[in-house]
Amino acid sequence: MYQFDFTPVFQAFDTLLLGAWFTIQMSGMAMLLGLAVSILGAVGKDSGIKVINLIVDIYVELIRNTPFLVQIYFFFFGLPALGIRMSPNEAALFALTVNFGAYGTEIIRAGISAISRGQIEAAQAIGLSWLQVLRYVVMKPALRVVYPALTSQFIFLMLGSSVVSAISATDLTAAGNDLNSLTFASFEVYLVTTGIYLVMSIAFSMAFSLIGRTCFAYPVER
Amino acid sequence: MNIVPQNPEPVLQAQELPAIELQGLEKWYGAFQALKGVNLSVRSGEKIVICGPSGSGKSTLIRCINQLEEIQGGTIRVDGKVLTTDAKSTRAVRREIGMVFQQFNLFPHMTVLENCVLGPIKVAGMSRADAEDIAHKYLQRVRIPEQANKYPAQLSGGQQQRVAIARALCMRPKVMLFDEPTSALDPEMVNEVLDTMIDLASDGMTMICVTHEMGFARKVADRVIFMDRGQIVEENDPEQFFDAPQHERTRSFLGQIA
Repeated sequence: MYQFDFTPVFQAFDTLLLGAWFTIQMSGMAMLLGLAVSILGAVGKDSGIKVINLIVDIYVELIRNTPFLVQIYFFFFGLPALGIRMSPNEAALFALTVNFGAYGTEIIRAGISAISRGQIEAAQAIGLSWLQVLRYVVMKPALRVVYPALTSQFIFLMLGSSVVSAISATDLTAAGNDLNSLTFASFEVYLVTTGIYLVMSIAFSMAFSLIGRTCFAYPVER
Repeated sequence: MNIVPQNPEPVLQAQELPAIELQGLEKWYGAFQALKGVNLSVRSGEKIVICGPSGSGKSTLIRCINQLEEIQGGTIRVDGKVLTTDAKSTRAVRREIGMVFQQFNLFPHMTVLENCVLGPIKVAGMSRADAEDIAHKYLQRVRIPEQANKYPAQLSGGQQQRVAIARALCMRPKVMLFDEPTSALDPEMVNEVLDTMIDLASDGMTMICVTHEMGFARKVADRVIFMDRGQIVEENDPEQFFDAPQHERTRSFLGQIA
């Protein structure tokens, strides 16, 4: 019978926490950058300019129809052939940003299309330009509509970021792997690692619902 | 600005230039012709009420005036200038023309005050302080100054529509367009909106109102226009229009809504 022994895991708990902190930082950064990419992508699609539409379409379809792990490999192992070299952590952040940006573009686009024609016409009737209409009238209600989808996409991103350990970025999963190869206490190491991911997910969900309630506090008619 | 001026008119005639002049206006939705060569001239200060069955083109007509709809034929002149479709002159024209919609279309994420100052600040380039002064003035005028810091969803339909009127007025338009402004309201709120519009009319605002509120038409309209199937069928002063309609279609329409 296997003897459970958590002592080596808890002795090295700080390395796991360090990995977790890195995961949080990397995911958070990727979300912010990815959100900016998403907004640009969604606005680009809305512009109706054919070339921009095509570029956004290619980007979104390319990312959403290929495995994330392969994308990371391509950025880390493939791009140096073009002279673009990134450290594992940089490549991880880049891959996560690009990935989140593609999914986010589609999510925000859905939000924009949920805004009624009348809202846009009222804004146009005041004399606002296309970009002003998007910025002042459409964007906030659109983000409110898709906020739940955006937050779950972020949780998905944070959990999915564990694959960056494959290019030896220093995230939580990588820290778990290292600890496992030192202690061979696989059950204990991965149970604790799983627990940390779970706590992070729940904490982020709670934080997001708080942020959502602050940012989108205005009342709506039912 | 790219608005092409009309051929220079003798200076003496400048006063007589219509505020809005439509000539041979045609609007197509695919194979369906919504406006079949509409001519209409509106003097500055004039109040026009447009009525007609649904699908007759009355909303389309006023939406063409501030270029929410693209036209396929004819010309629109605002203050004598022919409208062109480039983005800049479109925005310039919209600044001059206020519009009130059936569904109010207040921006839900902004307070009443923010709704009112958005245009003056972002389009007219006013300072926030000036814009707020104007906003408070017009909110006073539509008699809801105390709701300035509420959100649209916290107001009744009638209040929302009055805010929508104030929001349009804050751009100091020369012409106000009303697209069935009371059709989405509960009956008990219709009058507060109509009273606001009557106030506005008595201040000399040029108004074009698509509405079936015949009491309003009798009270304020200089001319009532009846549209059917994309054309102006009848056009007369309110007394003549209601008491002695000339056309059979007008009579049957008035009979139905009475």
